[in-house]
Amino acid sequence: MSLIQTFIPIVQLTWFDPERLPVFVASVVAIAIVLFTTYSRSSRERFKIRKIAGMDAVEDAIGRATEMARPVLFTPGWGGDIQRPTTIASMNFLSHIASKTGSYDCQLLYPTHDPVIMTVAQEVIKEAYARAGYADRYQENNVSYVSSSQFGYAAAVDGMLTRTKPASVFLLGTFEAESLILAETGNSIGAIQIAGTDSTIQLSFFIVACDYTLIGEELFAASGYLSKDPSILASVRAQDLLKLLIGLFLIVAVLAATIGNLTDINTGDWWLF
Amino acid sequence: MDRRLALIACFVFGLLMFAQYFSRHPLARSVNLAILEYWQIIFAFTLLVGVASFFRNSLSAMRNRGERPYRMVGLAGLIAMPVLAIIWGIRADTPFMWMFENVQAPMQSTVFALLAFFVASASYRGFRARSLQAAILLGAAAIILLSRSQLGGAFSDVVTPVADWIRNYPSMSARRAILIGIGLGSLTTSLRVILGIERTWLGGKQ
Repeated sequence: MSLIQTFIPIVQLTWFDPERLPVFVASVVAIAIVLFTTYSRSSRERFKIRKIAGMDAVEDAIGRATEMARPVLFTPGWGGDIQRPTTIASMNFLSHIASKTGSYDCQLLYPTHDPVIMTVAQEVIKEAYARAGYADRYQENNVSYVSSSQFGYAAAVDGMLTRTKPASVFLLGTFEAESLILAETGNSIGAIQIAGTDSTIQLSFFIVACDYTLIGEELFAASGYLSKDPSILASVRAQDLLKLLIGLFLIVAVLAATIGNLTDINTGDWWLF
Repeated sequence: MDRRLALIACFVFGLLMFAQYFSRHPLARSVNLAILEYWQIIFAFTLLVGVASFFRNSLSAMRNRGERPYRMVGLAGLIAMPVLAIIWGIRADTPFMWMFENVQAPMQSTVFALLAFFVASASYRGFRARSLQAAILLGAAAIILLSRSQLGGAFSDVVTPVADWIRNYPSMSARRAILIGIGLGSLTTSLRVILGIERTWLGGKQ
């Protein structure tokens, strides 16, 4: 046995986990597509994104709050931290909303359960107000840490909702059991509610209790939709290409499994990973 | 310059965490554990920032008479719990544990219990057959509810298999479609952050 033949299995066993090879291949393909769409010139040209009702309603919701002289409340839920992509996506939303509330001189309240999210949100809102040309309207006290406890957070935000009676409520982020408590309280005070989360269980509660719900990937597409940033829009195109690939993979896998079951041809189980 | 440093740190650690996932080498695992431990330490310090913010906000909000009682209760809790823990410790039969078991835990349970009423009011609004889609949803919900109660089994043997079929096929396929979208959205957002395209977390794209 040559030295290389002896060495390769050791490298494979220690540095690379062969059980994760399918995930690695899928990740590399996905990364390549995202990088291609982001940096290729043709992908960065403007393309159409279908209208999403929840995102178009943002302007109306802030306008309503301004006319009623009531605040806008935005909360990212208890389930996520700043590492979570949903929280990052909600920050894009927050940036857009903050620039509007800054322009309209409308109070924006942001209660959260996480001090890191609070600090990032303070920066995002301050920057958005400065971008809108109204840096003096930013109030640090409106972005507040309330509690790290799930129901302590729910009770604090509920209290804020009933006392300040915001005209518009944005529930965008990672929510758990507190989702319905917040959404129903928002509904009871007659606020326009726009919600979006990555939790499929909580989505059903939001669909019932809120006026507009961003389902699944719509929350991630929102940042490109609202910011019109070509590089962010390009990654939305990457998502579509990846979905197409997954769809093709599923069709081929279903056909192979069906043929394998109905005939004597051995089609294998290569799709299982 | 400070933003550039943050972007470089994000890129390096993003890449490192991605690479270590595919390795089972002890070094990769120890790197992962070390990063997670550092994250816990950093988070403990950020809690101080949160507490300071809560304290400052509560004090300024106490000028408003309507807010005052709630803020006083909040501040009392914030001060009392650490004081009790420092003086008597946090073991069983200490004042800290008494406060936790007899004040904090029942209050949390009370808020959680509100969900039962909210589920009822939300269901009442959601399950009205105003359109064909809403009628289908109502029918599916009724079958699932029946199958999960003793009543369903007593009525017929058909209810449970139909409920299982609804949960395993139409419901599960819709859920998986949403999950694929969420997974792809998370992937592209994470990549944008690692590559520095997405800079909202730094306050904006400047």
